[in-house]
Amino acid sequence: MLGTTIREVSLALREGRLSATELCKKCLKRIKKTHYLNSFITVTEELAMKQAQEAEHRLLRGKPHGPLDGVPFSVKDNFCTENIETTCASHMLKGYCPPFNATVVQKLLDQGAVLVGKTNLDEFAMGSGSTDSVFGPARNPWSYTSSYREQSPEQDPDSDWVITGGSSGGSAAAVASLSSFMALGSDTGGSTRNPGSLCGVVALKPTYGLLSRHGLIPLVNSMDVPGIITRSVQDAATVLGVLQGRDEKDSTTVQFPNLATSLPEDFDIRDICVGIPKEYHAPGLSAETLTQWGRVASMFERAGAKVREVSLPHTQHSIVCYHVLCCAEVASNMARFDGLEYGHRSAVESSTEALYATTRHEGFNHVVRTRILSGNYFLLKQNYDRYFVKAQQIRRLIAEDFRRVFQSGVDVLLTPTTLSDAARYSDFIQEDNRTRSAQEDIFTQPVNMAGTRHPHRSEIPTYSTVQNLETAHIYFTSCQRWKNLNTCSLCFRRCFHSLSTVFLAKQRL
Amino acid sequence: MSAVFSCVTPRSAVCAHLDPHDRFSPALRVTGKRAGLVFPLLIQGSSGLFFCFISISPQLCGVVGLEIHAQIHSNSKLFSSSRVTFYSPPNSSVAFLDASLPGTLPVLNKRCVEAAVITGLAFNCTINRKSLFDRKHYFYADMPAGYQITQQRLPIAVNGLLNYSYLGGKKRGQVMSRRVRIKQIQLEQDSGKSLHDEQNSQTLIDLNRAGVGLMELVMEADMSCGDEAAAAVRELQLILQALDTCQGNMSEGQLRVDANVSVHRPGEPLGVRTEVKNINSARFVARAIDYEIQRQIKVLESGGTVVNETRAFDNKSGTTVSMRDKEGLQDYRFMPEPNLPPLFVYEGVASVPAGVDPAQVVLIDRLEAELPELPGVRRARLVEQYRILPEHSFTLVNEDGLVDYFERVIQNAKAEPRKVIGWVMQELLSNLHQQGLKNLHVHQWPMTLSAVFQEMWKTPEKTVRQLVKELDLGLVSDQEQLLKICQRVVDTHPEQVKAGNKKVLNKLMGAVQKETKGRADPVQVKALLEKMTS
Repeated sequence: MLGTTIREVSLALREGRLSATELCKKCLKRIKKTHYLNSFITVTEELAMKQAQEAEHRLLRGKPHGPLDGVPFSVKDNFCTENIETTCASHMLKGYCPPFNATVVQKLLDQGAVLVGKTNLDEFAMGSGSTDSVFGPARNPWSYTSSYREQSPEQDPDSDWVITGGSSGGSAAAVASLSSFMALGSDTGGSTRNPGSLCGVVALKPTYGLLSRHGLIPLVNSMDVPGIITRSVQDAATVLGVLQGRDEKDSTTVQFPNLATSLPEDFDIRDICVGIPKEYHAPGLSAETLTQWGRVASMFERAGAKVREVSLPHTQHSIVCYHVLCCAEVASNMARFDGLEYGHRSAVESSTEALYATTRHEGFNHVVRTRILSGNYFLLKQNYDRYFVKAQQIRRLIAEDFRRVFQSGVDVLLTPTTLSDAARYSDFIQEDNRTRSAQEDIFTQPVNMAGTRHPHRSEIPTYSTVQNLETAHIYFTSCQRWKNLNTCSLCFRRCFHSLSTVFLAKQRL
Repeated sequence: MSAVFSCVTPRSAVCAHLDPHDRFSPALRVTGKRAGLVFPLLIQGSSGLFFCFISISPQLCGVVGLEIHAQIHSNSKLFSSSRVTFYSPPNSSVAFLDASLPGTLPVLNKRCVEAAVITGLAFNCTINRKSLFDRKHYFYADMPAGYQITQQRLPIAVNGLLNYSYLGGKKRGQVMSRRVRIKQIQLEQDSGKSLHDEQNSQTLIDLNRAGVGLMELVMEADMSCGDEAAAAVRELQLILQALDTCQGNMSEGQLRVDANVSVHRPGEPLGVRTEVKNINSARFVARAIDYEIQRQIKVLESGGTVVNETRAFDNKSGTTVSMRDKEGLQDYRFMPEPNLPPLFVYEGVASVPAGVDPAQVVLIDRLEAELPELPGVRRARLVEQYRILPEHSFTLVNEDGLVDYFERVIQNAKAEPRKVIGWVMQELLSNLHQQGLKNLHVHQWPMTLSAVFQEMWKTPEKTVRQLVKELDLGLVSDQEQLLKICQRVVDTHPEQVKAGNKKVLNKLMGAVQKETKGRADPVQVKALLEKMTS
């Protein structure tokens, strides 16, 4: 039962074939059994059981709140959860219990979904491996499948495993390891899509402004988006339908009219034009990934879709600009962590300045401190025009690239998510966080950069992306209209006939 | 010598025949009665006797610009829903955003935007249809987010004008009219308050004020002395109060003035400026600025240079002192505020784009139509309508509620306005000031007073004293009776008595005056009530 989709399990709950408490217990048991994945920071066992009981009552009376009633989910530990510890995987926020729920969390709870725990991430979501957490790295569930173990029989499973990707690695691992049916991640430069692809689950980065960021502890406000991780495209659409909408607590959200979150029953793939951006043949792209990319493209072609090469000329500069803007906003957003109102406070209290300095030194890891330092450098009066303003200008050109391509008749873009397959932890940590982020986010962050910052403009380009997996070779599509994206993802699924999660469910974890 | 000009800097005088490096021996003194003239002079130089022309630059004079922070009169803060209060327990009005809890986002308060637009319109500003918010970074304990949200790049209103007047001239009896340009009005957040407890070497933070909406009004350096600046501040205060966009109480920090002061000789580039902070009354504005101008002149005259720094006004000593430690030159690392989309205001309903609810936006034409009578217009009307002197119109408008009082007396008594104004100016105001009473109590009296005026009009031969006696309008002189009335008021207002602050006392005084139809001696009543409630 755990390996099914939300749609299936929701039906079972409503038909009484499965009780919500039983399902919740199973998930909690699964979490315990897979604790070595280190995908959870906090398991909310007691609260989950209470919520499951309430859901069960509603289901028994035949009055569920909706399609998510009684369905277990988990949340990345950078979303605020009322009275539940929210750490951002940082020493700075250890023990911090927010007094409110993030809007997206509240919406899921209002639907009767059952929160089983808070998941692991890179500290303050800064990373692409989920390896830089104060609670230790998260491990990719696929490392414990027999097929993977057979490849390297001489290795000890505790030292030889692959990373989940990041920074929402815990959320992706939780869904992949069947500990929950859906999970919230956050996506700033690829942080939901990257682990989604490396863990073989569906990961959706909705358009900026579609989902509320209220309660999401920010990395880069102008690019952060709550991400959705599920085991099927249909499920992602269902969750998106629940979460989307204007929130008066987030002034950057907008009401998208005519947002279709249900999948079309019959669609004609021949109406779809798939764009292949030539610039994405980037240095470092692995042969395997390139082969897979070509395979999927020809699959679309065979099915009748138009496939054509397109150009996004400025996206090659995106990662550098992303780095500048990211650091600048990080420096600003992290200024609030001074140990006065909440979070870690240093014992050094000789002066206010000394308290700040030691609190921040002790509270943040090296990655966070480095980004704060660079960000403040970029924002200095003498540097502002040379870095921040330039990066914003390139950002506009990148957005323009996407707009032009979609205006030329392209419905979806087909690109790889990452340069190559999930790396072994021991290999991954050979390079520092900065280098890895630059490599891992190369394909994913352009859409965050292109995401609109001015929701009042009438024509809003919608860049939603979905990953799919065929044993860890992943592709994402980015498209203008959600319906097209859904259609293509579904088409992709049907063509491949292999639900990775079903495969994973059969493995011994 | 009747006047001595000391040559201060090499550029302060031009010497026709001397080597520029050789001109100023420390002993050089140039004598003359008036500045700005060309004098033939005899100068004893090192190489003998020279006959030359020397141009004397005008005297050093002050240049003053103001930055005024006005707390917006609104129910809730600029970006959060917590209440704006002055007298409430520390940290009792703090929303999650005000304490900068991670994950919170700012939501702009429409009332604050309207207040800024109304204020901008009152000063004939250009209202920017689109304005932007920025983050200004600095670490300070009462600024929990580590940055202030302000409008650095594109403020809501620009290019305004403030006309003001003050009494100047020889006997301070002449109305001097001036104008100062308003560079911009920007919306921004107030900070919290720090309380330094030196004894226990700790700092206590109160965040009640953190996030309260401010309008920062930046005035160009168009003023030259303390009197002008103080008059500009006073006029601004009256206008804001008339608009009700700021309550304008300087002692409560609702209106805070920073002055940028420099000195130069007219026609020359501006000197190095200092910023004087911590000025909390209009009177201190004048004193602080005049002190600072004199200080800078002295520094320059003694051969020193003015340092670009922030100074605090100490109202006890009447001096300004350098605030070296914290407010030095900072790099604020400005950055666009990413959580707030551009702020749009619209000309009228017709200009609101499709898909935007007109009820949710700020419409300039509506606000413009509701602008009240501003002090300047009001003074002109008083002078015109009642034929009173311009300086009297100033006094009337400056005192809270006095215009209404004056007009009611005239209306009720059908009296000659110029007679009434004479009485108001001399008797009423001097009595009020002598007894340290706020004009709020005035409203108890006009009916009584107008009765007297009316009778005087009818029977000019009778004295006021006679009339008062005849009409039984005299003061309640019976101590016993007054005591009883006061006691009754205290007994019937137990709640107020319990709260026991100054405001409450005013309320009780009002009740006593009501009982006695305004015939109790306020000073006596105040004393009695204070005794009873303490």
